[in-house]
Amino acid sequence: MANVHQFEVVVVGAGGAGLMAGLYASRGAKTAVISKLYPTRSHTGAAQGGISAALGNYEEDKPDWHTYDTVKGSDYLGDQDAIEFMTNEAIEAVLELEHMGLPFDRTPEGRISQRPFGGHTNNETGKPVRRACHAADRTGHMILQTLYQQCLKNKVNFFDEFQVLDFLIVNGKTAGVVAVELATGELHTFHAKSVIFATGGHGRIFEVTSNAYAYTGDGAAVLLRRGLPLEDMEFFQFHPTGIYKLGILITEGVRGEGGVLINGAGERFMPKYAPTIKDLASRDIVSRAIYTEIREGRGVNGKNYVYLDVRPETVNKYAAMDGRTNPDGSPYTITGEQVLAKLPDIIDFCRVYLGVDPLTQMMPIQPTAHYTMGGIPTNKYGEVVIDDQKTVFPGLYAAGECACVSVHGGNRLGCNSLLDLVVFGKHAGLRAAEYANQADYQDLPADAEAESMSQFDTLRHGSGKENAFTISTELKKVMFDDVGIYRNEKGMTEALEKVKALQARFKEVCVKDAGRIFNTELLNAWELGNMLEVAEVIAACALNRKESRGGHSREDYPNRDDENWLKHTLAWKQDGKVTVGYKPVTITKYQPKARVY
Amino acid sequence: MQVTLKIFRYNPEVDKKFHYETYTLEAEETDRILDLLEHVKGYHDGSLSFRRSCAHGVCGSDAMRINGKNMLACKALVRDVGDRITVEPLLGLKVEKDLIVDMEPFFDNYKKVLPYFINDSPLPADGRERLQSPEQRARFDDTTKCILCAACTTSCPSYWGSDDYIGPAALVTAHRFIYDSRDEAAAERMHIVSETSGLARCHTIYNCTMACPRDIQITKAIGELKMTSLTGKLD
Repeated sequence: MANVHQFEVVVVGAGGAGLMAGLYASRGAKTAVISKLYPTRSHTGAAQGGISAALGNYEEDKPDWHTYDTVKGSDYLGDQDAIEFMTNEAIEAVLELEHMGLPFDRTPEGRISQRPFGGHTNNETGKPVRRACHAADRTGHMILQTLYQQCLKNKVNFFDEFQVLDFLIVNGKTAGVVAVELATGELHTFHAKSVIFATGGHGRIFEVTSNAYAYTGDGAAVLLRRGLPLEDMEFFQFHPTGIYKLGILITEGVRGEGGVLINGAGERFMPKYAPTIKDLASRDIVSRAIYTEIREGRGVNGKNYVYLDVRPETVNKYAAMDGRTNPDGSPYTITGEQVLAKLPDIIDFCRVYLGVDPLTQMMPIQPTAHYTMGGIPTNKYGEVVIDDQKTVFPGLYAAGECACVSVHGGNRLGCNSLLDLVVFGKHAGLRAAEYANQADYQDLPADAEAESMSQFDTLRHGSGKENAFTISTELKKVMFDDVGIYRNEKGMTEALEKVKALQARFKEVCVKDAGRIFNTELLNAWELGNMLEVAEVIAACALNRKESRGGHSREDYPNRDDENWLKHTLAWKQDGKVTVGYKPVTITKYQPKARVY
Repeated sequence: MQVTLKIFRYNPEVDKKFHYETYTLEAEETDRILDLLEHVKGYHDGSLSFRRSCAHGVCGSDAMRINGKNMLACKALVRDVGDRITVEPLLGLKVEKDLIVDMEPFFDNYKKVLPYFINDSPLPADGRERLQSPEQRARFDDTTKCILCAACTTSCPSYWGSDDYIGPAALVTAHRFIYDSRDEAAAERMHIVSETSGLARCHTIYNCTMACPRDIQITKAIGELKMTSLTGKLD
């Protein structure tokens, strides 16, 4: 082992959660942040619409309403103690970002501006409430930049473009991680007392996705290989409005500003599905509504897309019909200039990729694979819990999209992802440093790098009969078609078999680039291995859950079944097979009831 | 349609010097150049190396020269660049492999301008936000859009010809903080950018503005810094 580093805390991933964790951990312990990308390339930067907090800067709002909306959005699968914790921390978290310099948009009084978002409601009237704190439509970009900047200010140690390959366990405790330095191809062992995974999601296993290439489920797959469980992997969010075919995200903020969904017959269809908040219903509900319209022949020109319309005349027409008002009570109206000022990136994406100008034309959209609700099981302090008894794995933490606290349950509310990564990134960082201060280093195993080397060797010595790109393409298609928005027994059974067949074929892949410097062929092949692992778990868990809840929607079991399925799934990979267990949902104030918007 | 894609190749472990390889591909007008590169990597030569992540112009990974101009490969479409396409690494940074350049000098320059919010005054007594009017916020809106892709800096002849110029991207970052009404380190940053390695090296060539995939008016921003440097005024 030529390259051994010792840090009390190692953070894997440098998106919002990783940077927040790094910032907080480094205040109490010697900390390194390792990322396969330069930190500012992380996918947090693609988040658009906002971060939720009941600041009440325009109108009455309170954390309790935020809690209930999140519980309802989760289809009652979210753990209510963790949700209360998050929504109560939300105000302080957003103010802390402002104090760090984040350039939020402003109200006329100079406070943080807020906009309506899907599922954010005044619990008394059921009407939308302005809870999404925003910086134009690049809120995630500003959070990522601000946190990276604060890390530089606080001299956090970064290892940029290092891909973590393995998690080291000694005496049942955390001992560190092994990573490959992309620029040199050399392996590095990071000896650590605490390790925080903040590796993001895995939306790249789906054909149409808003997710970055980097979203290949690395953290989940690494821990799965080391025998740890994953939670609620069947729950994946399909965002209603992705750019047709490309999947690029069009923020819910478009509908927050008054945009509406229009079918091929020219009708606004959301009032049929969500009479009270219409186009601002939860994402799972809007995505299914779009698919229903398409299936019933009301897609545009018979194709599998509908329109999102934010032309000022459309917005103003429907705002008047809905009786929408400004905070001062005057009728809500919007001009083209205001749309451009509030949603500049969306306008730009449509012009660049579609040749469509949203100020004068409607945007063709379809649901796009967007967010990983499941992941590495944690408690509300970011500690990884490995069974149904709340047993904590010593020294191991997870935060952000790769983690499952679970605050999102069956379906995440918009703007709760940015909140999640700031709140739980912070607490994971604090806990990891606290643990490191009282724990000893475990001795590194003599063969610390063996597992990583063996994985790379396998990829370099396959027969070459199979092409990784072809396998990847087939995986994405079958997952999108059969483990996507609508699911059934037959489709998922076939999908699971297909994924296993692809895993077998993957063994015949051979990485031909024998070089060390930026061997991206090797890296991408390794990532594909992770995607195949994660996809198998998702398909197996989805097949296992015989009900419909949140983002998991089964045609053969169309109803939620609280009697049998109000519980979290835990999944392990043992002897080449997925085994499933369960753990209870924490319910404090809100008993499950029918979900109507 | 058919396109010809000519790609700069250099693998330091094998090649003494760079060369080009040309591929003829079937493509749609709406394909991104990144899609073409992925296709070549997937089906023709897995060793082709380039950075990419978000694939829609917000992460800044895949800045490169496409037909001689700095662009993001994920934001340049076939219909924008035509059917004969040459792809080369950014100029002015060392090529590490194929289209990957050494970004460290770029980030080193970024770090020189104190690229973080500085305000050591006490927070508002109620613990709430520091107030800022919409007009004050608009003052530096344009430069908050920067994604650090380096397209501007590596398009700048002054940057190519200088050993120490911090480049337009670092100046954009300085601008973002200097004109933020809440920040208290404008004077310190103005001192840094007024060194000979800073504003003085900008000769108003506009390449940076043309190259910016986020449409930031970089030359204008640098002009504002120059004016402040002359007058001492932030307005």
